[in-house]
Amino acid sequence: MGSEPVEPDATEALVERARSGDRTAFEALVRATYADTYTLAIRLTGDEEDARDVVQETYLRAYRGLKRFRGDAQFSTWLYRITANCANTHLGRRARHRHDELTDETPLVDERPGIDPQHRAENEALRNRLRVAIDELPPKLRAVVVLRDVYDLPHEAIAEELGISETAAKVRLHRARRRLREVLYPDHVSPVDGAGEGGVVSAM
Amino acid sequence: MRCEAVADDLAGVADGSAILDQRERRHVEQCLRCQADLVHHRRILRAMRAMRTEVLEPSPGLLPEVLALIEHAGERQAIRVLLSGRRVAYIGGLAAAATAAGAGALVLASRHRRAS
Repeated sequence: MGSEPVEPDATEALVERARSGDRTAFEALVRATYADTYTLAIRLTGDEEDARDVVQETYLRAYRGLKRFRGDAQFSTWLYRITANCANTHLGRRARHRHDELTDETPLVDERPGIDPQHRAENEALRNRLRVAIDELPPKLRAVVVLRDVYDLPHEAIAEELGISETAAKVRLHRARRRLREVLYPDHVSPVDGAGEGGVVSAM
Repeated sequence: MRCEAVADDLAGVADGSAILDQRERRHVEQCLRCQADLVHHRRILRAMRAMRTEVLEPSPGLLPEVLALIEHAGERQAIRVLLSGRRVAYIGGLAAAATAAGAGALVLASRHRRAS
């Protein structure tokens, strides 16, 4: 059961109706976005159970806080921010971290026509390794790199939702990126690598 | 110039958030290690952005759970609104009664004063 995509205009109309108290409109928004929200939640938590809890909490907060949504950002971006905040709170509450295997059902191959098969295979391999590498990051680093590099949230929003300073968000992003590069391209390690965060070189 | 002086900025260069000064740029143009590093950062960034369009499929039970939660929250909210409406009416009634009682007391007091 996947999300039911709706056009941006339709989303705006649904948001407007939901803001004025129409619960069926909010439910339509949930149907349209829950798979995306779940995807972000699982990327942030690295765990299916945690992701389910985060999704529930996210929509509950969104429902209660919808009147505060002024529409200056997209609804999806607003929802991502709530998801990030919920995941942060959730992970903070549960000081444990489990790693689940990646599901084989996830489409990872670039199916666009005209893409060279070898190039496609390389991309697929990189994305597979990347997903594992992201999952292996400490939650604090993972949250920042996922929100910035996958979901394109500004540093300011990331800092706000994670309850950290913008400088801290930038430092974490820098560390996360360095770690990912070290894990994905271990043959190429510059002299600065391995410094801080325990060093990936020693961890491999 | 050594590689480590620019290594920290290469990821930022890859996503356009950092700009190298002239010396650093000249170094990267001549250094194969840094060029490879930059290529790797760009590849990772591209792969990360491609992940944005991927959607992981939650188990079928999640949507009904979320909808039930919203319904429950909606009902609770409706009850709260109803109760707060009643509370307002109740407080309004009390205020009206107190005003009437006050007015009555004033009338009685003035009559009493006139009689005496």
